[in-house]
Amino acid sequence: MDDLYRDYILEHYKRPRNFGELEPRDLEALEHNPLCGDELGVHIRVKDGRIEDLRFHGHGCAISQAAASIASEELKGMELQNVGELDADWMIELLGIPVSATRRKCALLNLKVVRGAVTGDDSWPTGSA
Amino acid sequence: MPPVAESSLEVRADFPIFSRRFGGRPLIYLDSAATSQKPEVVIAALADHLRNHNANVHRGVYALAQEADAAFDHARARIAAFTGARQMQTIFAKNVTEAINLVAYSWGRANVGPGDAVLITEMEHHANIVPWQVLCRERDASLRYLKVDERGELSIEQLESELARGDVRLLAFAHVSNVLGTINPVAEMTARARAAGAVSLVDGAQAVPQMPVDVEALGADFYGWTGHKALGPTGIGVLHARSEILEQMQPFLTGGDMISSVDFQSATWNELPSKFEAGTPMIAEAVGLASAVDYLSALDMTRVRAHERALTAYMLERLSEVPGLRVVGPPEADGRGGLASFTIEGMHPHDVAELADRGGVCIRAGHHCAQPLMRCLGVGATARASVGVYNEAADIDALVHALLAGREVFELDNP
Repeated sequence: MDDLYRDYILEHYKRPRNFGELEPRDLEALEHNPLCGDELGVHIRVKDGRIEDLRFHGHGCAISQAAASIASEELKGMELQNVGELDADWMIELLGIPVSATRRKCALLNLKVVRGAVTGDDSWPTGSA
Repeated sequence: MPPVAESSLEVRADFPIFSRRFGGRPLIYLDSAATSQKPEVVIAALADHLRNHNANVHRGVYALAQEADAAFDHARARIAAFTGARQMQTIFAKNVTEAINLVAYSWGRANVGPGDAVLITEMEHHANIVPWQVLCRERDASLRYLKVDERGELSIEQLESELARGDVRLLAFAHVSNVLGTINPVAEMTARARAAGAVSLVDGAQAVPQMPVDVEALGADFYGWTGHKALGPTGIGVLHARSEILEQMQPFLTGGDMISSVDFQSATWNELPSKFEAGTPMIAEAVGLASAVDYLSALDMTRVRAHERALTAYMLERLSEVPGLRVVGPPEADGRGGLASFTIEGMHPHDVAELADRGGVCIRAGHHCAQPLMRCLGVGATARASVGVYNEAADIDALVHALLAGREVFELDNP
């Protein structure tokens, strides 16, 4: 089996969880991957300080789409104040595949957009550890 | 199988990088539109200059400095001759991007004003878009685009109607598109621009490395290209321009070497081309690039073009065997340079490039610095395979094999 394109990565890529739009929503953000022109947006509904529901939308490679899908399942129910603490290691561990330097931005794009929606800070760097 | 006329120039042994192995496999390099590999003669010329002839140019009286001067001047003459710049000036810049910025700042700021227009095309590289956006915003001018049709070509009728509006000060376009591969009818376009009183600028980055180019016959007022795509080193680009236009222009960058004299409050400018080359120029890089163009001349650019055309025809034919693969740009190899940009249904271009690398094949994926064109094509990105003098039909076979294997990884059916 391929190291990077494992069964579950391709499964999430082809059948992503929590993709689409959310109406009504409380928070949203949109980010671009400047290297490849990909874009990923998130809609979040908040209840009692937690992410009640969220949806991703946009287009990207298998790594960025699978990362968004896998992360979406973890993010639902998470306290907003904890979202700002999520780091690159959290995402890459969750993804469970070796991520090369060039694919790092792909893997971290969804966390960047979620952090941006929740904290209002869109400057989180995805380029290095 | 299509005929493979001159599909190999048999020069791979001239390029040391092809002796490397990656995971035990040879290098299959299909990314020459991004940058070319370098022949041993270029590497040796650079090293020889740095080992034996290195001194700063201009004003040195000792023998070594005179050698450096002679090497630099000789390099410029060979580079100018390669692209047919007999009357036109040959100015060195860092790359095409800097060459275009030179024109946008020095010519544009003085000649484009409120109510004027700059006309470019939808197939431009960002290097030939953003400098004009900045200029037009600053000068309250409009930036208009020639459309790309479904064959990946421009329309001379639209060019005529845009020029007929009477406000176009500059027409700027690529000789060969870095995404579509389209070879534009440069001489016809520059002639129409001139007839309408517009100045023309041609981005020749993708053309000069792969086909005979005579900048004077092409009739552009400005023609830029870059060394590293033409077997030369990075850090050197070329701007050919008509002297009478350059004489009228103010310098772009100012400082050492570009002055005639300096007093406490003002300065006068050096003669061409030094007026546009502030600071110590790219001396070793010029020597390296001159060696590269000598190498290409010895191969004969007509043969290089025939080789790249044949390989591109073969590539288009073989890529059509891959299910779900769609090539953008002109359908036949005659109208395109040595590249094919494509998408594969169900696979993102980044994944396509990653999986090609599994098969040892280097291709590029992304927007290729042409985001407006990507929007016109209705895609976010493409994968792109591009050929150089060292490629052979077997490289294309390896690409197709890798793409089919990549489809299997993605659990897509192959015939």
